[in-house]
Amino acid sequence: MRIELEKRPQVSKLYAFISPLLALVLTLIAGAIMFAMLGKDPVEALDAFFVEPLLEVWSLHELAIKAAPLILIGVGLAVCYRSNNWNIGAEGQFTIGAITGSYIPIIFYDWHSPLVLPLMLILGALGGALFAAIPALLKAHFNTNEILTSLMLVYIAQLYLDWLIRGAWRDPKGFNFPVSRDFAPEAIVPAIWEESGRAHWGFIFAIVAAVLVWFMMRFTLKGFEVIVLGQSERAGRFAGFSSKRMIWFSFLFSGALAGLAGICEVSGSIGHLQPAISPGYGFTAIIVAFLGRLNPLGIIASGLVLALTYLGGEAAQLSIGVSDKVTRVFQGLILFFVLSCDTLIYYKIRILWSRARGGAA
Amino acid sequence: MSIFEAILLTVITASTPLVIAALGELVTERSGVLNLGVEGMMIMGAVAAFAGAQISGSPYVGIICGIVVGALFSSLFAFLTLTLVANQVATGLALTLLGLGLSGQLGEAYVSVPGIRLEEIVIPFLSDIPVVGPVLFKQDFIFYLSIALVFGVSWFLFRSRAGLKLRAIGDSHGSAHALGIHVIRTRYLAVMFGGACAGLAGAQLSLVYTPQWAENMSAGRGWITLALVVFASWRPWRVFAGGYLFGAVTILQLHAQAFGLGIPSQFLSMLPYAATIVVLIIISHNRRTTLINTPASLGKAFVPER
Repeated sequence: MRIELEKRPQVSKLYAFISPLLALVLTLIAGAIMFAMLGKDPVEALDAFFVEPLLEVWSLHELAIKAAPLILIGVGLAVCYRSNNWNIGAEGQFTIGAITGSYIPIIFYDWHSPLVLPLMLILGALGGALFAAIPALLKAHFNTNEILTSLMLVYIAQLYLDWLIRGAWRDPKGFNFPVSRDFAPEAIVPAIWEESGRAHWGFIFAIVAAVLVWFMMRFTLKGFEVIVLGQSERAGRFAGFSSKRMIWFSFLFSGALAGLAGICEVSGSIGHLQPAISPGYGFTAIIVAFLGRLNPLGIIASGLVLALTYLGGEAAQLSIGVSDKVTRVFQGLILFFVLSCDTLIYYKIRILWSRARGGAA
Repeated sequence: MSIFEAILLTVITASTPLVIAALGELVTERSGVLNLGVEGMMIMGAVAAFAGAQISGSPYVGIICGIVVGALFSSLFAFLTLTLVANQVATGLALTLLGLGLSGQLGEAYVSVPGIRLEEIVIPFLSDIPVVGPVLFKQDFIFYLSIALVFGVSWFLFRSRAGLKLRAIGDSHGSAHALGIHVIRTRYLAVMFGGACAGLAGAQLSLVYTPQWAENMSAGRGWITLALVVFASWRPWRVFAGGYLFGAVTILQLHAQAFGLGIPSQFLSMLPYAATIVVLIIISHNRRTTLINTPASLGKAFVPER
């Protein structure tokens, strides 16, 4: 058996739409097989994982809470990847954003003012952007591989948070637990509909950011610059665009959104700093960006899908007794199938069963 | 045993997985394929080796499990990037994310199970040499294998006909294809060799370095490996030297933590990662030398014209 690819004369619009859906279906099939191998009834397991969490109002709120950071980070990463800059360190920028944003409610605990929250959000975004500036600087001026540097910085950011929480920022009344003091009420991102659940304004920020970035990519010169430079650096240079400035722009932009996501998460849904503030949102957002086909509106949808995998993992742990590690497996599978299905957009796939022709395949 | 010998021994243990995984990735990249999934393949190798050793009772069966699972797991990457020409960067990331998830799931039953340690093989007479003897000739099987791999890969790439073809593919897949060299088949083999090496490196982690299973126990070593290949400018002996340099940094920061220098342990733990960044800056700074050594087709998809 041999698989041959034939380039389509033009990109298939039909498959561009079908491919992510096909990927989801394939993921569900693979998931069913996996559950069967774990000795669970596949239908029951998939129902508990993907359907039941959607049937109650409070868990829809939880879905929004988990989707908010994924969409915020994913939208920023999409701009990066579109311009051919590979920021893999959003997890670190998220962490640093959470730290810089927490500066006010932890250090100036006694300062009560309506200014506290806006300042926190700005500081969070600034922190994330500054941390993303490191790989940007190294790529723009030393030609250093941004994938590796941004990733190494994730480990550094996490260790820094760990040091802060176990040292200077540890709550003196926290019974020696490694947590910071709880944020004061005016330092908490408010809930959207307090009567029905915990979802906070971080989700609104995420939707607004996605729509704004969609507008930017579609209708502004900056968006055009991102796309041209991403497709061909040479063509971009002829158009008078600078790839160096694009490195800076894309990294600062995605870093700021990741930092904003970080401070929203800490202030909106956790309420204090602690050593583990993210179940891998920065890495999962990479999947979100690709599943959404690097389109901000698509990312809203894919952010909700990936948020469901976190929620489903928690639910499945309780109801059918599989470990929450299943979540990570599902997330990895989705990305795999998305990438394989994308081939259909650019190529016709032919499967040849005979071994008649030799050649280099 | 003197403190010096003890430190040398731990440096070797910390360096061996880096050297092995980096040699595998070097061969993969020399064929023109950039596989960023080393972290995922390594952790899959680690869990497979641990499970294999537990089930069979023999660490050697564990080693074989690690190698086989690493190679199989990498063939998933090969299928996507070589047959379906998916983006290599994104697919490599997918491999890592899937590997971290899957290993966590598979290893769940083995958390806090006492591990089986791969015992040392004492080479008679040579191990009696003072200082050098116990350090170099009283080691585990994987260490000896890593040394053999450095020689083997070096010989294969620069002295054998197949190695010449592999490098030709990495430098210009179009010309190699025109000459009748099997580009896709060779790349499949190179990717799977890389996976096997990453799996072996993972086996070293769960059978020698810390004979137990813990989730995410690769702790970024797979990524450091990728930096090592750049650092070595795609040359096996420089991979060896670089691997030991990084191993030494890792171990020295541990010893510094034990001594209690007054520097918080978290900052010392940052050192290997910070060192990676510094090394990358130094190496990449000179654009000309990096360009000369980088395989020209690295990361580019190949679709044969028909």
